[in-house]
Amino acid sequence: MPKDGGIGASSKRREDVRFLTGVGNYTDDINIHGQAHVFFLRSDMAHGTINSVDTSAASGMPGVVQIFTGADFEAVGSIPCGWQVTDKHGEVMQEPRHPVLAHGKVRHVGEPIAAVVAETLEQARDAAEAIKLDISELPAVVDMKDALKEGATKVHDDLNNNLCYDWGFVEENKAATDKAFEDAAHVTTLELVNNRLVANPMEPRVAVGDYARGTDEHTLYTTSQNPHVIRLLMGAFVLGIPEHKLRVVAPDVGGGFGTKIFHYQEEAFCTFAAKACNRPVKWTSSRSEAFVSDAHGRDHVTKIELALDADNNFTALRTETHANMGAYLSTFAPSVPTWLHGTLMAGNYKTPLIYVNVKAVFTNTVPVDAYRGAGRPEATFQLERVVDKAARELGVDPVALRRQNFITEFPYATPVAVEYDTGDYHATMDKLESMIDRDGFAARRAESEKNGKLRGLGVNCYIEACGIAPSNLVGQLGARAGLYESATVRVNATGGLVVMTGSHSHGQGHETSFAQVVADMIGIDENMVEIVHGDTSKVPMGMGTYGSRSLAVGGSAMVRATEKIINKAKKIASHLLEASEGDIELKDGAFSVAGTDKSVAWGDVTLAAYVPHNYPLEDIEPGLEETAFYDPSNFTYPSGAYACEVEVDPDTGKVTIERFAAADDFGNIVNPMIVTGQVHGGLAQGIGQALLENCSYDENGQLLSASYMDYAMPRADDLPMFDVDHSCQTPCTHNPLGVKGCGEAGAIGSPPSVVNAVVDALQSAGKDVTHIDMPLSPDRVWAAMQ
Amino acid sequence: MYNFEFEKPETVADAVAALGAEDAQALGGGQTLIPTLKQRLASPSTLVSLKNIAEMQGVCKGDDGSICIGGATNHATVAAEAGDYPALAETAAHIGDPAVRNRGTIGGSLANNDPSACYPAAALASGATIVTNSREIAADDYFQGMFTTALEEGEIVTEVRFPVPEKANYQKFVQPASRFALVGVFVAKYSDGVRVAITGASNDGVFRWAEAEAALSANFAPEALDGLSLSGDDMISDLHGTGAYRAHLCGVMTKRAVAAAA
Repeated sequence: MPKDGGIGASSKRREDVRFLTGVGNYTDDINIHGQAHVFFLRSDMAHGTINSVDTSAASGMPGVVQIFTGADFEAVGSIPCGWQVTDKHGEVMQEPRHPVLAHGKVRHVGEPIAAVVAETLEQARDAAEAIKLDISELPAVVDMKDALKEGATKVHDDLNNNLCYDWGFVEENKAATDKAFEDAAHVTTLELVNNRLVANPMEPRVAVGDYARGTDEHTLYTTSQNPHVIRLLMGAFVLGIPEHKLRVVAPDVGGGFGTKIFHYQEEAFCTFAAKACNRPVKWTSSRSEAFVSDAHGRDHVTKIELALDADNNFTALRTETHANMGAYLSTFAPSVPTWLHGTLMAGNYKTPLIYVNVKAVFTNTVPVDAYRGAGRPEATFQLERVVDKAARELGVDPVALRRQNFITEFPYATPVAVEYDTGDYHATMDKLESMIDRDGFAARRAESEKNGKLRGLGVNCYIEACGIAPSNLVGQLGARAGLYESATVRVNATGGLVVMTGSHSHGQGHETSFAQVVADMIGIDENMVEIVHGDTSKVPMGMGTYGSRSLAVGGSAMVRATEKIINKAKKIASHLLEASEGDIELKDGAFSVAGTDKSVAWGDVTLAAYVPHNYPLEDIEPGLEETAFYDPSNFTYPSGAYACEVEVDPDTGKVTIERFAAADDFGNIVNPMIVTGQVHGGLAQGIGQALLENCSYDENGQLLSASYMDYAMPRADDLPMFDVDHSCQTPCTHNPLGVKGCGEAGAIGSPPSVVNAVVDALQSAGKDVTHIDMPLSPDRVWAAMQ
Repeated sequence: MYNFEFEKPETVADAVAALGAEDAQALGGGQTLIPTLKQRLASPSTLVSLKNIAEMQGVCKGDDGSICIGGATNHATVAAEAGDYPALAETAAHIGDPAVRNRGTIGGSLANNDPSACYPAAALASGATIVTNSREIAADDYFQGMFTTALEEGEIVTEVRFPVPEKANYQKFVQPASRFALVGVFVAKYSDGVRVAITGASNDGVFRWAEAEAALSANFAPEALDGLSLSGDDMISDLHGTGAYRAHLCGVMTKRAVAAAA
């Protein structure tokens, strides 16, 4: 029976009412009296030396307030990187300066060179066209392997070369891993590309800077997943504004997918220019700008090898990856191919020896950083592809080979530094097999063949690490931030609550699901709980939303704060009921004395807290407001098994997804409908990566897929009806709700099953195709068949 | 977008007069022109909207049985009202999305002659007549390469006349991102022969496949195309497919069009 409310109920998303009726408050909806508009003149060249930027003609154009160039930002800080990776030799990564506006050189198409602030956007654009640029073009560094060759053109002249770092993990395992390969009965090798993507949230990035001269206070309204992180990075490292003089507001945000985690130049510019011009300054990205200025995702080139013994047990795994950083280090870029990728290489399998090598490379392309899944999709894709290839080479059932190597005992310490607390991989695989009617596949394949089509079935598993993570651990790994979360629960006199959470909702439905948790704990109606987020002036210092961490970490902070509220309320109730505190029970919004019919309602207790006429003032303070910070003791480890069934048109190479099934283990579930929606969205993006999306540069560093005319976003009719299940639940053992995180699973788990299915289809027609790089667009599939 | 003057004439004559101004530009449904203006890639002094010209609107039947479509008629109207030429109505029904079909016009599409547009294939395969404010142009003379037509400066497509074939079909294989035709093949069988026009594939824009026409004129069946192929050498090669792939698709889509029409 579905529940009516509280934890486990599919409560409808309350925020959708305003989103769907056009009364949301997005950053672009914010217009401040007197505001001016900025247009960024961006580089159309991938690499060049800036000889001069002549703004003399432009500055006299109608409506121009002020024009800024790189020289105006020499005295401010570099856009900071939030993670420092140490390489396999114990050296820290090479870290270039990242200016707000290009200075000296341009390093990617889209890099801002000058910024025109004017009364209107059109006037700013007119003036930008009158700026005279003298830039000497340099050879562009595009291909990662070429970038590392001796004598290659350097993206950053002051660095030794284009290698950001050369990371080995776990370095101590390398010799033993190599030895295991020498002793292996079978080795499967696969070289593959994890294609570069553009996140494309529906709402483009927007920034509005405001400055109050009277109080010397700055406000930045921005499309961010983590306003406190922006406040700290921009205030402390770029502009030198103390946090008490800087407010960052991220109101309704229309999708983030990772690319709105990072601190961008445009945010720093608008904040800086608002003071310099003494005018509010607004920038709204066009979609064309988004393609060349939002951090991109993925872009790994990998060779993976799997060693097996004579009984088909996995004995060792070895990978070599080149990871593209782009021209500069975006906020969390160095962590993605390392700690978010190498630590997941065990997957669902008890492979005893693993060695991961990652070379991070600077190129003349847009910076690359976290995109839905961030490192974990790259790990899952290569692992699940190589396992599938091994099964085909050995002539064994790919599901059976996986099952044989599953981890079955928990907690399980992997050879790549993480400890899985719980999981049941056979259970999700059992569930998946019951969902996909595997026995009926042969008949469906025969039916497809009758219609001239090839049918394939692909299966894979995944594991991910969510809820990032203990602050002391990530600090050791190079994070320059803590990764706790915060919540303040403020109870009003009449019993309603406001929860101020450091998590940020940009589509995840926190306003609904977080309210369900608090309401359930107290036993009151969900509508008595309001969730506030996204404003550093309202919310305690929080780290924001990414890595499927909000419920596991932010929700835990909220639970801890609510527990404090309940404990204090029990003290008040015990006073009102003249009973011992230990005998007070809270149920259905009322406090009662155990074993009696004496009770007092929630609202009476909250009123007493603020009207303390009959109140234990000598023992406790009036009021009912509590804050908690929660720092998790481990990651959470959602896992699952996915299956994809495709038809391939052999005449055209066109792939059609006929069925897609996902069996996930997210631990306990607060709102099943929202979880289903999160999985659907993740699957759409994962299938988008597998079949459609491809961010492509030419050899001159020009972006070929720079608009929706060439960058294929998944549309509803590209996708099948999804069969989604999350009934397999092994609750997380170390957070109070037993939850794991569901936001990225679909994007992590789906690409390998799509590719496995297409390879299966082609091999069914006798084609000797063992791999096709994503996206599996019709031309690529057709070419592979020739 | 740069500033421009905006004219909304109600007759062809007034439109022609307005287009006489220096750097004036006709505006059909704006499906190509408006995005171009927004990117500041064009700077006309005046936009002359053809939308309010009643004589350029609608679908009717000519005395010779041909389907006559006003140059300012949008795709949705053609889809709904050109039922006497089902393959043409069907082609119109699958151009872009509903928003495009309710703004974009046949005259605008033919005047632009995008190498991946659908209408040029329909017009060329049908041997249509493109009627302008000053003359009538046979489709075979009208299309002159990518984005190039026989239209003179300021000349307006007022009507397009399509002879109705015995059988016809259009097969579009879409480019995954834009959903324009990666390759689109329009096959039309008339009493005096078969015409095959292909869009999306060639560096020279829409073209007729003479060998296929000859084979199909002799035997209007998919197997008549066996052994025939086009060279990919002069075909578009981009992110979405090589010239060789497009050439291959021309054969596949032509067969499918014949199978669907036969």
